[in-house]
Amino acid sequence: MSDLVKVTIDGITVEVENGTTILNAARQIGGDIVPPAMCYYSKLKGSGGKCRTCIVKVSKGSEKDPRPMPKLVASCRTTVMDGMEVQNITSPEVLEARAGVVEILLINHPLDCPVCDQAGECDLQNLGYEHGLQKTRYEFERRTFDRIDIGDKIQLHMNRCILCYRCVFTADQITNKRVHGILNRGDHSEISTYIQTAVDNDFSGNVIDVCPVGALTDRTFRFKNRVWFTKPIDAHRNCTHEKCNGKVTLWYKGEDVLRVTARKDQFGEVEEFICNECRFDKKKTADWTLEHPTHIPDTSVIASNHYETFKPLPVIKENLSLQEANKRELEKTTKI
Amino acid sequence: MGRKLLLEHINVPGINTLEVYRQKGGYRAVEKALKTLTPDEIVEEVKKSGLRGRGGAGFPTGMKWSFLAKPEGVPRYLVCNADESEPGTFKDRYLMTHIPHALIEGMIVSSFALGANTSYIYVRGEMMPQIRILERAIAEAKAAGFLGKNILGTGYDLELYVQPGGGAYICGEETALLESLEGKRGNPRIKPPFPAIAGLYGCPTVVNNVESIAAVVPIVNDGGDEYAKIGIGRSTGTKLISASGNLVKPGVYEIELGLPVEEFIYSDEYCGGIANGKRLKATVAGGSSVPILPANLTLRYANGEPRLMSYESLSEGGFATGTMLGSGGFIAFDEDQCIVRNTWNFSRFYHHESCGQCSPCREGTGWLEKILHKIEFGHGTMDDIDLLWDVQRKIEGNTICPLGDAASWPVASAIRHFRDEFEWHVKEPMKSQSTNYGLANYANPIEKAPEEVKSQN
Repeated sequence: MSDLVKVTIDGITVEVENGTTILNAARQIGGDIVPPAMCYYSKLKGSGGKCRTCIVKVSKGSEKDPRPMPKLVASCRTTVMDGMEVQNITSPEVLEARAGVVEILLINHPLDCPVCDQAGECDLQNLGYEHGLQKTRYEFERRTFDRIDIGDKIQLHMNRCILCYRCVFTADQITNKRVHGILNRGDHSEISTYIQTAVDNDFSGNVIDVCPVGALTDRTFRFKNRVWFTKPIDAHRNCTHEKCNGKVTLWYKGEDVLRVTARKDQFGEVEEFICNECRFDKKKTADWTLEHPTHIPDTSVIASNHYETFKPLPVIKENLSLQEANKRELEKTTKI
Repeated sequence: MGRKLLLEHINVPGINTLEVYRQKGGYRAVEKALKTLTPDEIVEEVKKSGLRGRGGAGFPTGMKWSFLAKPEGVPRYLVCNADESEPGTFKDRYLMTHIPHALIEGMIVSSFALGANTSYIYVRGEMMPQIRILERAIAEAKAAGFLGKNILGTGYDLELYVQPGGGAYICGEETALLESLEGKRGNPRIKPPFPAIAGLYGCPTVVNNVESIAAVVPIVNDGGDEYAKIGIGRSTGTKLISASGNLVKPGVYEIELGLPVEEFIYSDEYCGGIANGKRLKATVAGGSSVPILPANLTLRYANGEPRLMSYESLSEGGFATGTMLGSGGFIAFDEDQCIVRNTWNFSRFYHHESCGQCSPCREGTGWLEKILHKIEFGHGTMDDIDLLWDVQRKIEGNTICPLGDAASWPVASAIRHFRDEFEWHVKEPMKSQSTNYGLANYANPIEKAPEEVKSQN
């Protein structure tokens, strides 16, 4: 038997290796048919299956057993079979269920995007825009927690957390010692550290990058700026840490590096985890070798401020009063 | 008088001791199985018996056993699920309290059939007395040579351990139970892989309910064919039913599957009718997770034929007009009971017991509870009833484990069958705080299937 299996997702057939999950098969196709993933993280073993946003309908189990699967399945944890047919955005049932999951994820979310550092690069925000309702149907008091500092560089806003467990897996797998996990159960479960222990090790900062929402934020960047006002630039340095290769994205505002993050791929996952020294301590341009502006997809709000895509609208060129009003922006485009 | 297999000697004084249990024919199955049968023959007998899992899902036990992977050099485990926490179900506790040796005998035979040399009984943490009873019984069995090394000189070794749980409902889900047994947080695992392939410590594992394991004893003693003669259709054997609620004689009853529901409720041999001369309004036939049914649909199908206590008969009509046998937690409600309050109570339970791993269940169960609380206490609107229906639909089937389904089915069925009562709570907020909706038409004899029920499904 060959190692390649054929799977059809929303009518597009792709050949993937045996044992691939539906989500990863969809990612090989790319585009709109990739189910959103809030908890699955390809770099973290055992992640996925929890948020249920990636649910899809398997309309044909496999070539051998063509029966459809009785329930919607989590695409991140279901492996493909030869001849499987999957419906994602072509199935109204899936879209409805996904909208339900998004609604349910948002009922206890504080929706404090205007003051949240994650706004603009938040998976939950994107998901809410795409699938959410205009108005909440939840009329009860939202669950609240106090925000706590876990370590001197990371702040935890448990209110915003969607309990994807990514940070727990990160602490477990990337860092040397697992120091935090989930306490309690049900809707009052919370991410917490062991008694009052601070999260303190060389790779702890990565929990900020893997967090799909604004639950874990960088205290060194806290309230410094909105991400869409900053300009991301890929850079690297010779990091002395054995497990870190020093490849990062620097987020500039004017001359200043406001924050440093790992580089993220098109699915919002970090390419390589970086150490805390790179992330928190090297915030001068002199520390880095700049490469090029980070590619930001046009769909992202960050792109609105990006060098590549800023083109003055034709109407500005024709209208003198508009030119006057947009003087600074026009100067900027000519400078770059 | 129906046949009794598990509770035959329940009233014999001292049946909880090994001595009396042996006088009544106990541990015959161990001798028979270990000395005369091969493991495969036992599995074959269990398959022939048609025994179905008594924990709730009703999956054929013999089939489950035959799925167990048997790789070389890897230990296999049998885990007994005694984390009985479903509201309305207390049969396992009763069995373990009074005839602990029936479970231990079943564990020995089943472990032998599966080739397990270490087996666990995972008991709910609240059942401390039962844990002590089991530990004493295990010590007795060990002293008599039924456990430990070289049992009865056959060369088969078995160690049996009792593990108290932390007292979480979710740990009754088999993969959460295994996680908990391993010492981790009791979150259900994502399946596949199923425990038969990778269960406890990554090894092939079978998880069975207390009653299923105890039922293996009569199957081995009398043969699977003999066991299969009891019961009706694919529901073979006897089943322990925990009857509770407004009954004259609540308690644990062993019934032959196929007993008419009407007989079970009203005959003096079983529950003896509804207490205080009241009339039956509704029943939950198999523990809190199964759909609640009004009295008329409990006793008869939508076409008017009598309903029986069996896996198939109780689920006749699907969720539109049927329910499930589940774990056999039979709760009866008389005409003075409020279905809205009961549904709220169930939802409160599921909200409290949700593990918090996957989002629909974590957030949705709390939402259901809050809406039901609002309706029950007279602040509800008509939209809330529709919202309730919509929210339960978003939870059902979208979760990792069946707790999400279990939380949404009681709500769905309560709205499906008792919508009038929900609407009454909305229309008469003041009155609903002091009086009950009463029996209404829920016990009216059925003539034909109500059309709107059909279309809702």
